Amino acid sequence: MVHAAIVKQLKDLVGSQNVFDNKADRVTYAYDAAVLEPQLPAVVVRPENSEVLGRVVALCNREGLPLTVRGAGTNLSGGAIPQQGGVVLLTNGLNRILEINSEDMYAVVQPGVITAQLAAAVEAKGLFYPPDPGSQAVSTLGGNVAENAGGLRGLKYGVTADYVMGLRFYDVEGNLIKTGSRTVKCATGYNLKALMIGSEGTLGVLDEITLKLIPPPRARKSMLAVFDQMERASQTVAAIIAHHIVPATLEFLDNFTIRAVEDFSHAGLPVEAAAILLVEVDGHPGQVAEEGEQVEAILKQMGAKDIQVARDDAQRDRIWAARRSALSALAKLKPTVVLEDATVPRSKIPAMVHALQGIARRFDLAIGTFGHAGDGNLHPTILTDKRDKGEWQRVEAAIEAIFDEALALGGTLSGEHGTGLAKAGFLKKETGQGAILLSRRIKSALDPNRILNPGKIIGD
Amino acid sequence: MADMHALVRLMREVEDQLASCMRCGMCQSVCPLYAATGREADVARGKLALLDGLLREMFDRPDSVRERLDRCLLCGSCQAGCPSGVRVMDIFIKARAILAGFSGLSFSQKMIFKGMLAHPALFDQLTFWSSRFQKLLTRPINEMLGTSCARVMSPLIGDRHFKPLADRPFHHEVPFLDTPAGRSGRKVAFFVGCLLDKIFPKVAGDVVTVLEKAGVGQLIPQGQACCGIPALSAGDTQTFQKLLRHNLERFPVDDFDYLVTACATCTSTIRKLWPLMAEKEDTSTRRRVARIAEKTLDISQFLVDEHLLTDVPSVGRASKPTEVTYHDPCHLKKSLGVSAQPRTVLNAIEGIRFVEMEGADQCCGMGGSFNIKYYEISREIGERKRKAIQASRCSVVATSCPACMMQISDVLSRGGDPIRVRHVVELLAERWKDNDNYPSAH
Repeated sequence: MVHAAIVKQLKDLVGSQNVFDNKADRVTYAYDAAVLEPQLPAVVVRPENSEVLGRVVALCNREGLPLTVRGAGTNLSGGAIPQQGGVVLLTNGLNRILEINSEDMYAVVQPGVITAQLAAAVEAKGLFYPPDPGSQAVSTLGGNVAENAGGLRGLKYGVTADYVMGLRFYDVEGNLIKTGSRTVKCATGYNLKALMIGSEGTLGVLDEITLKLIPPPRARKSMLAVFDQMERASQTVAAIIAHHIVPATLEFLDNFTIRAVEDFSHAGLPVEAAAILLVEVDGHPGQVAEEGEQVEAILKQMGAKDIQVARDDAQRDRIWAARRSALSALAKLKPTVVLEDATVPRSKIPAMVHALQGIARRFDLAIGTFGHAGDGNLHPTILTDKRDKGEWQRVEAAIEAIFDEALALGGTLSGEHGTGLAKAGFLKKETGQGAILLSRRIKSALDPNRILNPGKIIGD
Repeated sequence: MADMHALVRLMREVEDQLASCMRCGMCQSVCPLYAATGREADVARGKLALLDGLLREMFDRPDSVRERLDRCLLCGSCQAGCPSGVRVMDIFIKARAILAGFSGLSFSQKMIFKGMLAHPALFDQLTFWSSRFQKLLTRPINEMLGTSCARVMSPLIGDRHFKPLADRPFHHEVPFLDTPAGRSGRKVAFFVGCLLDKIFPKVAGDVVTVLEKAGVGQLIPQGQACCGIPALSAGDTQTFQKLLRHNLERFPVDDFDYLVTACATCTSTIRKLWPLMAEKEDTSTRRRVARIAEKTLDISQFLVDEHLLTDVPSVGRASKPTEVTYHDPCHLKKSLGVSAQPRTVLNAIEGIRFVEMEGADQCCGMGGSFNIKYYEISREIGERKRKAIQASRCSVVATSCPACMMQISDVLSRGGDPIRVRHVVELLAERWKDNDNYPSAH
C-alpha cells in the first residue's frame, strides 16, 4: 500500500487537484478495454509538465512503487491495467501539440495528445498522418507508440512505428533520454527509439514524440465487392497483392458480421453474401484510375457477384459506413466482446478464415470475423457473456486455438493490440524462451526495481 | 454492511444493462464534462465501472459513488455514440433513484421537490411571489439579453447573469385554451413546462401564435405540472410519480393528435422517461403513458413533419438578412435525434440567413441542476459554446430549449457579446406577426 507520506510528496509535486487517492476515483482507473479483471491502484497522479513527469517517475522508483502509464485506457490487451496497489500515471495533463512543421514534415507532440486531434490539425495544414487505430477518436499518441498501434491503412502506409522519427523519454531514475531526431535519416547511437516503440511502458516513460508526416494522396477510389464463397473472397485478397497492387485499405467482412451490420444499420448489404471486400486505392490520379480498373478486373475475374464503385464522396462514405459499424453492430449482440488480432501472412488469409470457422463450430461460439485482410490482420470477434462460466471457458480455449492456428500459419499473436497481460502467457509460443530471457535481461538492466508496468509482455 | 447487501439487491435491476459496457472508452470523445476535467469518474465508462463496483460490494458506503454519479449533465452524448448501445441514461436515472432511495435526499432537495414541485399550485404561487421580490435582490445587467445579476453577494446566484422570473407567468396570460382543429385538421395539446411558463412566457405565447397561424387546434389544460425531470434526476421518484399522475389527468390522451412542447428537456422526458419510469404502474396507466409519449413532439418537429410551414409569409421588403446560427439542445438531438427540423424552420423564414456553427451539437453545459451544483465546470463548458457562437459571426443564436437559452444568455452576457438568444419559435412567430403589420408584403 502507498504510504500517506508518499501521497503527500506526490501532491507537492503535481498539486493536490492532480492526485486521486479516494477509492471511488481509483476504481475508475482499474481497467482498460481488455476483457480482464480490474486491479485497484493505490493512487492516481496526473503530471502537467515534462519536468514534473520525470520527478514522479523517479519518486516511484525510489519508493519501489509499481508504475503504469495510462493514456485514454483504450488498450485491448490489458497494457493500461495497473498493478494492484500501484500507481497510475495519467498522460492527459500532457496533451499539447508542440509543433507541426510543414517544411520538414514532422510534428512534435506530448504523449497525451489524442490521435484524431493530431490527424485533424495536420490535415488543416495540408499534410497527412496516416496511422488510424480504430479507437483514434479517443486513443492517445503515447499509447499508440507504446503499443505500436495499427489501423485500417496499415497495408500501404504502415503502423505507428513507421512514423516515429524521434522520442524523448524518462528512464526509471528520471533521467531524460533523447533518441532519434527531426531528420529523415539518423544513424547515431543505439536505436533506443525502436526499443521503446511497442514496449508498453515497461522500459521507460514517454515525454515527447516526433512523428513523420507525409503529403496526402491526391485521389482515391473505393469499391465494394460481394462474394458468395468465403474461399473466393480470401483468395481475391491474395490475388490483388499478387498483381503488385497495394491498396490503401483492403477490408473484409464475413457473413456473420454482414448480417449484424445489416440488422443494425439497414445499409442495404447483401445478407446472403458469404463475404464482402472493401477496397480503396489512393495516390496520384493517374495511378488511381489505372489501379482502380485493375482491381475491378481482378474482382470480376475472381467471381465477385456484385461490384459497387463509389463515384463520389457520398458513395464512398456509404461504403465505409458498413466497415465502420462492424464492431458496434457485433458488440450489440452480446454483453462481452473479445476482439482478437492474431495476424497471418496475407497469402494465408484463406487458411486462417477457414480455421476460424472451424474454431467457432468446435467450441460452439458466435465468432464474427472482419478486419484488415490486406495486411493479414483479422479481427475474429467472439461474442459471449463473461458471466456464463461454462461458455467463458470455451472462449478461453478458443482464443488459444486461434493463437495456435495463427502461429502455425507463420503469423503472430498480435498485429496491433500488443501483448500486455492478455497474451504474456502465450508469448513463448511465438518467440521461444530465448527471446523472453533476453527481454528480461534488457528489462532488469533498464528497470532494476521492476516498477515499470510490471507483468506486461514478459510476465513478472 | 447488511445495508449494503440491500443496496446491491436493488442494484440488480441495472446489472444486465451494466454488463453490456465493453469499456471501449469511446464515450470520452463526446462527453462535455470529460473534455473539461479529463477525469474518468466524470465519463460514462467510469460511472458504469463505479456502479459495477457497488454491485461487487467494493464500497462500504455508497456516498462517494453517488456523488460521482450526480456529476453528470445527463446530456446523453455518450449514449448516442455508444458502440455497444449501452442505455446509459436509463442506467443513470435508475441508479440515482436507487441511491437516493437508499441514502435519502438532502434537506434542500426535500424542500424543493417534495415541498414545492410536487404541489403545482403552490409552486406557481411561490414563483409568482418570488417574481415580485426578486427586483429587490437583483438588478438588470444586459438589456439585450434580458439578464440580471445579484445586487448583493448571494451564494445561490454567485456572479451569474441569469434570466429573472417573468413578471407574469404564461398561465396568468393564458390559463386555459381549447380550440377546435382548424384548417390543418389537427389538434395539439401544448405542454408548457416550468421554464417557459415562469421565465420565458413570451416563447409560450409565440407557440400559441404559431399554432394559430398554422391553423392547428389547441388544448392548454389548466394547472399543468412540471414534467418531473428535476426530481427524477435527483433520484426523487416519489415526486416524479406524483407529477406524472397529475399531468396524466390533465392531458386526456384521446383529445389531441399530438402533444407539443417548446422545451427539448420536457419533450425528451415525456417521450423517454415517462414510459421508462411507468414500468411499475398498472396496465392502463402504462398504456396511457405510452400513447402520450408516442404523440409528443418538439414544436419544430411537429410543424415540419406535418407540413405546416407552407404558410410562412414571405417579405416584400428588401433588407439585409439577419444571420442566425443554431445550437442543438442535447435532449433534442442526442436523445431524440431531432436536428433537421429546427434548421428547416429557420431556413423557411425569409429574412434569415442560416449559418451552421462549429460543434452545434456540443452541450452548452447547462444540465439543469448541474449548473447549480457545479457552476464552475458548467461555465467552462459554456465558454466553449460561446466561442463557437462568436466564430459563426451571427447576431442571433437560436435554439429549442429554454434551459439552453438561460445558459447561453449567461455566458454571452458575461462576455458582453452583442448576440441575441432566441427560441426558434420566437423567430417564426415574429415573421408571421411582422407580416400582419405589413399586409401588402404577402
